[in-house]
This record gives sequence, structure tokens and C-alpha cells, in this order.
Amino acid sequence: MGKKIMLGNEAFARGAWEAGVTVVSSYPGTPSTEVTETAAKYDEIHVEWAPNEKVGVEVAMGASLGGARSLSCMKHVGLNVAADPFYTAACTGVNGGMVVLVADDNGCHSSQNEQDSRFHGRSAGVPVLEPADAQECKDYIKLAYEISEKYDTVVLLRSGTRISHSRGIVEEGERVQRDLIPYEKNFMKYVAMPAMARKLHVAQEQRLGQIAEDSCEWEINDVQMGEDTSIGIITSGICYQYAKDALPEASFLKLGLVYPLPKKLICEFASKVDKLYVIEEGQPFIEEQIRSWGVPVAGGKDMFTIQGEYSARMIRQAFGKDSGEETVDTSDAPGRPPLLCAGCPHKGLFYVLSKLKTTVFGDIGCYTLAALPPTSAMDSTLCMGASIGMAHGFEKATGDKTNTVAVLGDSTFLHSGITGLINMCYNEAKGTVIILDNRITGMTGHQQNPASGKNAKGELAPAIDLKTLCQACGVKHVVEIDPFDVKDLEQVVKEETARDELSVIITKRPCAMIVKQPNIPNVITDRCKNCRQCMKIGCPAIEVRDGRPYIVSDTCVGCGLCTRVCPFDAIDQTSKEGK
Amino acid sequence: MNTNILIVGVGGQGTLLASVLLGKLALDSGYDVKLSEVHGMSQRGGSVVTHVKISDDKVGSPLIEEGEADIILAFEKLEAYRWLPYLKPDGALFVNTQQILPMPVILGQAKNPENMDQFLEDHAGTIKAFDATQVAVDAGSSKAVNVVLLGAASRRLPFSTDAWLKVIEGSVKEKFVDMNKFAFMKGQLMGSPQ
Ligand SMILES: Cc1ncc(C[n+]2csc(CCOP(=O)(O)OP(=O)(O)O)c2C)c(N)n1
Ligand code: SF4
Ligand code: SF4
Repeated sequence: MGKKIMLGNEAFARGAWEAGVTVVSSYPGTPSTEVTETAAKYDEIHVEWAPNEKVGVEVAMGASLGGARSLSCMKHVGLNVAADPFYTAACTGVNGGMVVLVADDNGCHSSQNEQDSRFHGRSAGVPVLEPADAQECKDYIKLAYEISEKYDTVVLLRSGTRISHSRGIVEEGERVQRDLIPYEKNFMKYVAMPAMARKLHVAQEQRLGQIAEDSCEWEINDVQMGEDTSIGIITSGICYQYAKDALPEASFLKLGLVYPLPKKLICEFASKVDKLYVIEEGQPFIEEQIRSWGVPVAGGKDMFTIQGEYSARMIRQAFGKDSGEETVDTSDAPGRPPLLCAGCPHKGLFYVLSKLKTTVFGDIGCYTLAALPPTSAMDSTLCMGASIGMAHGFEKATGDKTNTVAVLGDSTFLHSGITGLINMCYNEAKGTVIILDNRITGMTGHQQNPASGKNAKGELAPAIDLKTLCQACGVKHVVEIDPFDVKDLEQVVKEETARDELSVIITKRPCAMIVKQPNIPNVITDRCKNCRQCMKIGCPAIEVRDGRPYIVSDTCVGCGLCTRVCPFDAIDQTSKEGK
Repeated sequence: MNTNILIVGVGGQGTLLASVLLGKLALDSGYDVKLSEVHGMSQRGGSVVTHVKISDDKVGSPLIEEGEADIILAFEKLEAYRWLPYLKPDGALFVNTQQILPMPVILGQAKNPENMDQFLEDHAGTIKAFDATQVAVDAGSSKAVNVVLLGAASRRLPFSTDAWLKVIEGSVKEKFVDMNKFAFMKGQLMGSPQ
């Protein structure tokens, strides 16, 4: 024990462990993933990857009924998937303490939207806590369990990219040893039927009112009167850090609890400062509530944007306190978009789909990167699992399914694609679904999943056989193929998309990051006719030098895909031993 | 004392380890420190940046803003160029001259700026540009490029060589310790005033 430097997400996991949590069930999603990965290293905690966030929250709720302290972690869009159990668990309340940890992504560093999870907390009717640094990540999650058990409520712990993915110094503490809170049958509380739900709702509003009152005294709602009382700032989370750096002499009310708001405390603070400002990234969540009480707010979203991230400079500028020094301009630097790795199994498929000019209803995973040049082989990406439903809807609307496919990864298929496939079978679709089975959840940093053969702790686990699963749904034509067999794959895609019946193609090859690559760099020989076919796979190792394709040996992993697409057999393996 | 170090490069180059080493070193030496990293999508070959803020007071925001970096460690030249506005006018730039072309450039849809070398020379307070990858390869592995760059910058940071070597010892696998220490010392030589 002592002080350690920890990622916000590691601090959350440490705090959960110290709080005596024994069950964690989550689905990965940047920037939340490392909480669960770190928790998996503690022997005292049962940690699992659920197939999706809805299951994760249900497992946590079951564990809470069983009397344990439980946790489910997800990214912001994951809470949409989990919203159903989450909203009703918010009414019933808990037995053992239960926390749902959600990480937002203002600035869209790795997400498809910038939604504001605080609204889910308010709409469901649960307290929402928001830490501002790694130490607070640990402290707040512990506090969240106390609140959960004291007030009989699920607690939403809200993080974000700059909290989850910043490191800071954290003081470690001891783990509390706690016994299970005995489960007692109580169908008036846990069976949410209309008659019960109406009563539960009354109790829920009562406890929220109580929390709003009590939290005026909580330390995490911290009034810091500065030398300057002309400016009073209400803020929370990472925005507190930006605002404090920007305006060190101003007065602050730093909220640790962002729902329900400590109304009395806020009104008092407002009366002690000349002008009140609310600084919060995203929607005017705190601001609008304060305005609705008739408390004047001198500046909020009229000064600051709803989009993206804030910074200390942005706040200084808004208050006219920036010296405005010019910096050099390097905005002519070309962008560097992310790419599929050298050796990535997905490249074979997208090379083929690009060549065939197929209409591709895409999905979310590493393979979404195939939407960018040179493959440009994706027409849509909405949310996890949407590829299948959208391809089906397109077919039903146009009556045409030729040269059209739905494409999604193994983890995404099990997350929420399977229900779309069942729908296709049931409603007699004729389309083609391609599952990219790379044996892992790649995009989020290589987590195990129900088809990968290992569990969250890295132990061997039963693996779902995707082919059998599709067949059991009623798909008659299921083809498994190595996506690097590009010639055969092209034939298979042509045949299956032409077929007047539903089909599934499963491309099988492990992610290049989880199996050792040959690491013998390939070279382009003088047999090369400069047709540039090899450049259409989008391998980061293939550049143009002196007007011809050239393989950068440091980047090449020797996967051999380029040799398979070269029509002139012009690419050789070198004999150089592995790097 | 406040020192802001921005570490920039291409996803997969090992920038994260460099920042974690700095973080531990700062903690062991009694400073407050915050780091901010990029995980997720950009780690697949995109432009990545890690912020390291060290202070003998309390660090607030974990992010370094334009014109606030005392040091930029650039694992790749175009990334040095992209992030240069973050350097203080009298800041120091340590740049690996190795280049990794971004896909839009490979495909001929965009161009790298002309005269990047000259631009960096002209606009960085001080600059040390060298082939850190080659130095790392000479020391034993191209993977040690992060330690080479840290070595180069080390004289500008308030830690003793002993403290550096100790933190390397505690952070890399045992069989790579000697190689990494060697790479660090080589980097330190490269970074010395000539
Ligand atoms: C509802 C929801 N949960 C989590 C995520 C984060 N996420 C993005 S892609 C992905 C999984 C990708 O795995 P897979 O489908 O196997 O494709 P791969 O990346 O391995 O190619 C996850 C979990 C998300 N975008 N939406
Ligand atoms: S991590 Fe794996 S699946 Fe993702 S791009 Fe790299 S090789 Fe492909
Ligand atoms: S250059 Fe060819 S062999 Fe090397 S990684 Fe790229 S596709 Fe694979």
C-alpha cells in the first residue's frame, strides 16, 4: 500500500475492490474498458465480459439481490443498450450496493456520438456522481456503494475520456471485508408489475428528494470561496480542472453529485457571488435546472459550446483573460487517420468488397476503418448490430439484395447482431450477412468474447460455434472461409449475394495482434509492372517510392496478403529472420 | 517548478510506455504528476499524443494546451510538425527523424509539408533531431526508441541519471533491462549539448 500512479479506470477498479465488490459484469467500450480489465486481476472479484451491456446490468442486479456489491461498466452508448434493466432497477432499488459506471466521450475520440449520460441518470431517477481526477475515481466509487446501500438505490457513476484515461497519484487503502446482505423474498419490491411499480415510484422520488437535501452537507459538493466573489462558478468533473486552472482566484462550487442537485447549497452559493456561471461540457444539464428555480445564471451555454471538449484556454478566453499569444500554424499537416493493422484479417474481405463494388451495411469494430480509402468499402455505420437490420430493411424497401451485404465482427454479432439475424430468418430475407470472426474483440483492445474460447480472467471457457448458431436460427447456407483466400472469397461473395436465399459467410482468421505473425518482410521484385493492385488492400507497410510500390520492411509483418493479390507474382518473401 | 512534456507519435509506436516511465519517476521524486493518454481507435496507426504535467505544486488539468509544452518528444517527424504549436517559444523539441507516411499521403491524396526540417529548426526554441530508431536498433531493439528519446530529453528534466535507470529497471521485463539502460545512455549522449 502507498501511493501509486493510476489510470482513472484503474483507480475505479481499485476503489471497487476496496469497497468489497465481488461481482463485475461489463461489456467493453472505450473509454471504460480498463475498469473491468483491472478488476479482473483481483482474485476476490468475479469478473466477466457479458455479451452486451444489458446482460451486464442484469447480472449486476442479480448479484445485488444476492447481497453482494456489484458493478457494471460501459461506454455512453452502452447505457442505451442497458437502459431497459437500468431504468427499472432504478425504481426497485437494491439489496447489496450496485453501481453502473458509464464513460462519456466528449470530443468523440473513439465513438459514434457525443451523448450526455447525465440525462439517463435523471430520466431513470438515480443519483449521478462525477469525479474530477484519479484519486476521486477511487474515492467516489467507494462513496457510491455507501449511497447505494443507505438510500436503497442504484448509483450512476459518470466518467469521461479525460477522467478514465488520465493518470494521477492515488493513495491506496484496505479492502473492507463484508458479508453478503441476506436475500429476502420481497415481491412488492423486486417484481415490477404495475401495482408495485406505482408504489416503487413514490419511494424512488422520496429518496431522490432526501438525497437532494442531505447532499447539501456532503463533502463532495465543495464550496471554495476565492478572493474574488464577483465570479462564482458551478462546475463538476474535468471541467472543474479546466476552470480552476483558468480562473484560480474565482469562487467555486464543485459538484461531486450532479443529480439530484443540492438545491439549497446552490442557492446559497449563488447569493454569495455577484455573477453565477455554469461550466459543463455537453448539454446545459446543470444550468437549465438552476435557471428553472429562478436563480439568475450570468453565463452558461450562451458562452460555451455544446460540442466537443473544453479547455482552460477556452474558459480564459470566454472571460476575456487570455493573453492571446500567437502560435505557429501547422494546419497544413496532412491528417493521419487510423488504419487496419499490417496483417489484419479484415483486409482480405474489404479488398474483395471494394473490388466488387458491393453495397456494404457496416457495423462497429476495427473493420469500420475499411470505410476510409483506399478500400472505401462501407455505406453505413450506425450502432452495434445495426448492419443486419439495416440490410434487411433496405432489401424490403427496394426489393433488391443483389451485391449487398451486412458486415459485422464476432463480438458485435453476439452483442446484438444475432437478434437481427433471427429477424431475417423469421421474415424471410434473402440477403447475405458476413461475420468477421477474428477470435477477439479487437477495436476496444482485445477482450475475450463468448466465441473466443477464454473468459475475462484469461481462463479457458466454452466457445460458441458461430456456424452452428446461425444454422440453429434457420440459415441454410453458411460458408466458412479464410479471408486471405481472396480468389475463393470473391467467388463465394458473388455466389451468395446472387443466391435467392438468406446466407451467412463467416470469415475466419485471427486478429494480427493476438497471433504471432511470420515477421519476415516481403519485397517487391523487378517483376512488378506497377499495376498498384497491392496498394488497394490499404496495408500501412506499402508506400510509393520512386514512382513504384515499395514495402517498408520495418512495418511489414509478412502476412502475405499482398502476394495473393499481385497479378504478376511479383512479391517475394525475404529470407531475413524474424525482426 | 512546472514541467509540461508532450509525447507525440503514431499509434503503436510505444509512446504510452514513455509517459508511464515519466509518471513513475515524478512520483518517486516527490512531485505531483498527471498524464493524459489516447486509447481506442487512434491506437490503430493514427496520430497519438500523451500529455505529462509535473509540478512541485498541485497539477489541475491533465492537458497541455498550445504554447505550454516545455518539451516535445516526437516519435515521428510529421507528428513533430503537427504538434509544434504546443511548444513554448523557448521549448525543446526532440524528434526522431524517422518518417511514417500517413495513408492519405501514400495514396497521393495529400502531401507532407515541404521543408519540414527547416520549419522545425526555425520555430522550436531548441531542437535535437536524430534517427532515434537507428540508435535503438544499435542498442538492441527498435522497440527501445521510447527510452532513447527519454534519454535525449533527460538532461532537461529534474531527475538524476540514477533515478532514471532505477525506474527503467522497475518498468521493463528483466531480460530487456540492460538493453533499455544502454539505449537510454545512448539517447542521453545524443541529447547532450554539442
Ligand atoms: C453499445 C456499444 N458498446 C460498446 C461499443 C464499443 N465497441 C466498439 S467496436 C466494439 C467491438 C468490436 O469487436 P468485433 O465486432 O469483434 O470487431 P473487431 O474490432 O474485433 O474487428 C466495441 C465493444 C460500442 N460502440 N457500442
Ligand atoms: S487489432 Fe486486429 S482486428 Fe483490429 S485492425 Fe489490428 S489486426 Fe485488425
Ligand atoms: S506488405 Fe504485404 S506481407 Fe507485409 S504486412 Fe503488408 S500485406 Fe502483409
